[in-house]
Amino acid sequence: MRLNVRKTYKLYINGEFPRTESGRFYAVKGKGGELLANACRGSRKDLRNAVQAARKAFSGWSGKTAFNRGQILYRLAEVCESRAAELVDELRRQGSTAAEARREVAALTDRWVYYAGWSDKYPQVFGSVNPVAGPYYNFTVPEPTGVVGVVAPEEPSLLGLVSRIAPAIVGGNTVVAITSESRPLAAITLGEIFETSDVPAGVVNLISGLKTELVPWLAAHMDVNAIDTTGVPDVAISAVQKTAAENVKRVVHFNAGKIGWDDATRSQSPYAIFDFQEMKTVWHPIGM
Amino acid sequence: MTSQLETRDRLTPGAASSALAEWHYSPSLEATDHVKIQPRYNLFIGGKFVEPHSKRWFETINPATEETLSEMAEADAEDVDRAVKEARRAYEKTWRKIAPSERAKYIYRIARLIQEKSRGLAVAETMNGGKPIKESRDVDIPLAAAHFFYYAGWADKLEYAFPNRTVSPVGVAGQIIPWNFPLLMAAWKLAPALAAGNTVVLKPAETTSITSLMLAEIIQEADLPPGVVNIITGAGATGAALVNHAGVDKIAFTGSTEVGKRIQRSLAGTHKKLTLELGGKAPNIVFEDAPIDQAVEGIINGIYFNQGHVCCAGSRLFLQESILEPVVRKLRERIGTLRVGNPLDKNTDVGAINSRAQLEKIQELVESGTEEGAEIFQSSCSVPDRGFWFRPTFFTGVAASSRIAQEEIFGPVLSVLTFRTPEEAIEKANNTPYGLSAGVWTEKGSRILKMAQKLRAGVIWANTYNKFDPASPFGGYKESGFGREGGLHGLSPYVVLT
Repeated sequence: MRLNVRKTYKLYINGEFPRTESGRFYAVKGKGGELLANACRGSRKDLRNAVQAARKAFSGWSGKTAFNRGQILYRLAEVCESRAAELVDELRRQGSTAAEARREVAALTDRWVYYAGWSDKYPQVFGSVNPVAGPYYNFTVPEPTGVVGVVAPEEPSLLGLVSRIAPAIVGGNTVVAITSESRPLAAITLGEIFETSDVPAGVVNLISGLKTELVPWLAAHMDVNAIDTTGVPDVAISAVQKTAAENVKRVVHFNAGKIGWDDATRSQSPYAIFDFQEMKTVWHPIGM
Repeated sequence: MTSQLETRDRLTPGAASSALAEWHYSPSLEATDHVKIQPRYNLFIGGKFVEPHSKRWFETINPATEETLSEMAEADAEDVDRAVKEARRAYEKTWRKIAPSERAKYIYRIARLIQEKSRGLAVAETMNGGKPIKESRDVDIPLAAAHFFYYAGWADKLEYAFPNRTVSPVGVAGQIIPWNFPLLMAAWKLAPALAAGNTVVLKPAETTSITSLMLAEIIQEADLPPGVVNIITGAGATGAALVNHAGVDKIAFTGSTEVGKRIQRSLAGTHKKLTLELGGKAPNIVFEDAPIDQAVEGIINGIYFNQGHVCCAGSRLFLQESILEPVVRKLRERIGTLRVGNPLDKNTDVGAINSRAQLEKIQELVESGTEEGAEIFQSSCSVPDRGFWFRPTFFTGVAASSRIAQEEIFGPVLSVLTFRTPEEAIEKANNTPYGLSAGVWTEKGSRILKMAQKLRAGVIWANTYNKFDPASPFGGYKESGFGREGGLHGLSPYVVLT
């Protein structure tokens, strides 16, 4: 019998798959307590590298045409579809039933399609031309906030992550995401999908590890412009909000609550894009 | 409003000759006898003027004369609690149940009453805050009325602002406003909140509360249901009590970044919504192809308007190297012609600094500028003996890392820096933690739009500066805060979408 090749689950930073610089790991267990993987226990330095990569990628990504960003999100949907079996398998090993896993992967694939379609439309919904009293063409356009820190919910580990990353990046932000601590496997495989879907290096960075360590570092980082606390444990949210004030971070929280993450009518909307946007108003002179 | 601003611009000559500096103007004092400033103001709670629980009042002065104008009630935690409870009761009992079209008419009434009483409000604003009468008369008060008009119209049209969502009010809003545009800031805060169906507890700044209480009289005259708007006066402790009151659903704050951060921290762990409009250190970027005389007027207006007590003031001037010398020369001539003095004089361009504390802060920062090696130029005009004054000032040879290039001075002090390429201008302009506003001067339309794209700031003025309009959203990027005031986007902070 052939011995199978095991996969080492690594971080995804700046388009590459480094192991954590700390050389440390934590054990990811399956439902029956069996060892699934030694996942990277991301360090503060890893997180800093990720923020740096995200900052570096911001200008290029936010400067792409809306059409182009849409194309890349569509491509993400296609690759998720074609690698569905692998994602389903990882979700099952992490404890989902086959049906749950299939539903989750289908929902997140559709979620990419949904947000891909918004790329060249949300500015039309949220922008405005403002009738001011004077010879100025005055308009307001949404612009990305910058580097967004996303704390993914524990479950659904993959759909939750995609649901929070997609509205951030479709709007031109770059992301540093902390993956589900208990179920990081499929999330890390998602990194491979980003890497092979024309998403430029640094636009999405994925860090696995212990949330008690990673979240306060992310919240305190002075070059992170917004933080999505959806996956922050309730007991820690207040502390994150407090730390976020240090550089006036925008704090965004999505409570899927009873609605459930796969209910498309509530858990996806252009208002989720709006949460990671700044409104810029321009007074342009009118004259001969 | 804008057109009135421009009228003023035309009245102050563009390329002033140095001879103008020697002109003498006969005083043209605005009458004050028609303005009724009460000797003492109480709190406006539940539709009535009530004495503060603290039984304490504090003096409020005219910063141009240091004379006492009136005394304001000092609201303590008990008063804040009373005001919040009245706001809650009004919210539950009346305001949320009233037809939106009726809400609109109340707000419209307030707008009209501000117009009717405009001159008295302008005079009081100038006496209490130190700003030139021509600014309070032509900018602050008309714009305040315009904000109420603008949002009156939104009250029964909210569903058009938020597609595919049901719009509800947040509830009771606690609003804290600064001393630089007292009545205008009250309008910016109150108008959208009321239009969206919220009730309000408003706290004006302690040095400039008089026009807020005059607004309370207007609100009473407009027959607004008691408790829909409550206005309480006091200093930081009163504000903190409001921020931390459990009965408040939303906090809107305009003021310093330092206090803004403190508020954001103290709201951690609550479900209160928050918007912050904080400090700035705005770049005003002049390219060599700009209409220079027009740009000089814009630079002057950008930094000396309202004594530079403007969060979006163009306090960092970036000149393309080739025009450094002529622009600095023109600036030197132009600030020599600025008339500094009695704010009630209709000729006055630059009025009194708002308070002694602010004057000391400006002096300290200006000293640091000289110490750090920048070259100072100050207008040589005479200033009155009494009151708080600071001559229009600018620095050249400013290092990008120096305090006068990084910290908000909030006074009539400009730092002049240079650049060679547009890329360098963008890089330098964005190099602060702030991001409230920016100015761009060039004849090239496509460059305006490129610069507008690249500057990380919420408001971009091109070939103009310090223009405001109720239809135009205002607010910052980065540490200049979050949320917008004005325009359709100004409704967002005051609604819950489901």
